[in-house]
Amino acid sequence: MTHYDFTTPVGEAAIRALRVNDTVTLNGSLYGIRDATQIHMFDRGRKTRFDLAGHAVIHTAPNVKKVEPSAAYPAGYAPVCIGTTTSARMERFTRPLMSQYGVRMIIGKGGMLADSLTAFGELGGVYLAIVGGAAALETTWIEQIEDVDLDDLNPESLWRFRVKDFGPLLVAMDSHGASLYTELKKAAAGRRAAALASLGVK
Amino acid sequence: MNVDLKQVEEAAKELYIRALKILPPDIKSGISALAGRETDATAKTILGTMIKNISVAEANANLLCQDTGIPIYNVVIGRRVNVDGYALKQAIRAGCERATREHPLRSSVVHPVTRTNEHTSCGRGVPVINIDFSDAGESLAIEMIPKGSGSENSSWLKMAIPAEGVDAIKTFVVDCVLESGGKSCPPTVVGVGVGGTADLCVHLAKQAATRPLGSRCADPEGALLEQALSAAVNQLGVGPQGLGGDATAFAVHIETAATHITMNPVAVNMQCHSARRARATFTPSGVEYGF
Repeated sequence: MTHYDFTTPVGEAAIRALRVNDTVTLNGSLYGIRDATQIHMFDRGRKTRFDLAGHAVIHTAPNVKKVEPSAAYPAGYAPVCIGTTTSARMERFTRPLMSQYGVRMIIGKGGMLADSLTAFGELGGVYLAIVGGAAALETTWIEQIEDVDLDDLNPESLWRFRVKDFGPLLVAMDSHGASLYTELKKAAAGRRAAALASLGVK
Repeated sequence: MNVDLKQVEEAAKELYIRALKILPPDIKSGISALAGRETDATAKTILGTMIKNISVAEANANLLCQDTGIPIYNVVIGRRVNVDGYALKQAIRAGCERATREHPLRSSVVHPVTRTNEHTSCGRGVPVINIDFSDAGESLAIEMIPKGSGSENSSWLKMAIPAEGVDAIKTFVVDCVLESGGKSCPPTVVGVGVGGTADLCVHLAKQAATRPLGSRCADPEGALLEQALSAAVNQLGVGPQGLGGDATAFAVHIETAATHITMNPVAVNMQCHSARRARATFTPSGVEYGF
């Protein structure tokens, strides 16, 4: 269990060094992405002007306040509350995010599935678990909303945040085929029979 | 007692914002109790982060979670209350819209086919407004629940049959907790509806999921079941956020209703660890806010 401090973007070697149960703290730019964002990008041919290569995306749709654009609020948005949503719904977008845009890290809650794990292995990526529902705390790690694209999808726009000491995040799926979710799901399923027996189920 | 609908609109607005910012005391002490008992190191850290988040939200007057949910208002009207029911619903809807615009809050509500977001937290049939009556006299209570999607997507109904007995109910609850894994943001309140029609069964599950911790099912058979199931699901080791540990659920809550001779329905609806709710009670002496 090693802790890593990354300033984004990062290269493939740094990502491949990560193993499950390591922790990561991020600085630099972080991209917010969600169901509709990816449906439009990968099913409806929309493109973003952002360069996501080597970056981290977080599964989110933030609460924001519209303000006059200024040095502090270059995108015309002030953060109100920024948290994380359940990742598994966006499972089929992991591979295109990595193969078409070069994304290296996906931050979310609840874990992703087998296709994502394969993509992480083949293309060099990781899933970083954040504590879901801890958005008030997470918001304190966001310095600024730097930019926004595909904003007709608001709040499911493609957001660019500047983050400071974002984490620690837990490496829950790595590029070596390990997933804490698969392991734990298997272990929990193994306890099913005992749980049912304790309930007197025949 | 006459009810001032301007005050209802104001309360509907205030309740949405309060619910999103301040966790009820039973949930706060529930998380602390789970953290105190937890034996897994990762799980203990995660529960610690949840506790820290509650204090950061209070200190910064910020939302606990970014998911503003689907707004639900449960209204209970006493016997000596005079109110225009149609206008009451309009006032609640107006308050919900104002909270979204004036705070501002993320509107999490879209049309189910076009996916268009009106940025009002409202749409066809939303906010959900449930109206019931009590013998409380001069009292009108409004409970507000912003129901997050991580937990709401973990919802199931099984129309089991009588020959499958109560074992079908127990097995279904255990399997739903396993299927839900980390997606519903555990530790959860596992809400279970037993009996009724299909729609009533699911509604009971939602009522169970949003009941305060420490409350018991009024039906003694339901109370026995919830005790046994609470212990059983916490043997599974799903843990906080589905990353392993003891704290899978605060509790299993059950609500029951009579059902048909040929039916044995069971429904599950989860509530996440950020089990938010807020309440306003109107009496002749004014409006009081609580949980």
